Amino acid sequence: MSDMRTPLAKVRGLGSAKEGTEHFWRQRLSAVANVFLITFFVIFIIATQGASHAELTSALSNPVVAILMALTVASAVYHMKLGMQVIIEDYVHGEGLKYVTLIANTFFCALIGFGSVFAILKISFGG
Amino acid sequence: MSNADIKSNRPLSPHIQIFKPILTMVMSIVHRITGAALYFGTVLVAWWLIAAASGPAYFDFVNEIYGSFLGRLILFGFTWALVHHMLGGIRHFIWDMGYGFGPQAREWLVRANLAGSIVITILLWIIGYAVR
Repeated sequence: MSDMRTPLAKVRGLGSAKEGTEHFWRQRLSAVANVFLITFFVIFIIATQGASHAELTSALSNPVVAILMALTVASAVYHMKLGMQVIIEDYVHGEGLKYVTLIANTFFCALIGFGSVFAILKISFGG
Repeated sequence: MSNADIKSNRPLSPHIQIFKPILTMVMSIVHRITGAALYFGTVLVAWWLIAAASGPAYFDFVNEIYGSFLGRLILFGFTWALVHHMLGGIRHFIWDMGYGFGPQAREWLVRANLAGSIVITILLWIIGYAVR
């Protein structure tokens, strides 16, 4: 049976995945955040490289630094989760392996994200 | 004839192997490779932060690994991948806004991306050594 729907009606349904351009949009949104946050991150790394443990933890105990570091981790991890998802969808064709790698991608990003944010909070809360 | 046979007898559309590599295409691939490298590079960031949260002894141990020749080499590559991927991202923002698709413009953009990433990476490391 031929498709009687107009292009507009199809667009309103947001395609077969019902997500429309959501993945693309979130990828770009986190990219915009990353431009600013990674710039902060690079400046922070240059400022603290070679620092002792005491110097680094005292720098990270500053709330502004800790907040920016946590945001950097969150934005970067979200961005890379979206990016690796596209790479997997492009190159992994077996249905089973595709699901395993997509799940592994989410787990890896969650682990890096939670691990890093926990470390930042622990240092920042003095401990 | 089964469905699988019909599938395997279908003609294949040409893939990237048959095209002569051009700079814009190579840089598109490099953008993806640097993204994937940064993905695994975050292990180094997480390890560094968790080491700092674990205490001075373990932090010094990790610091020593990162400060070794091999460690610095990897971190130098990490810096380049990061800068290159960010400049590549800015190139995509320019395209998103509808600019830079002309033959000269896109060629200029990839050259600026590559040259910029190398120059900025070296500059960052010079600054890093200078402020220490």
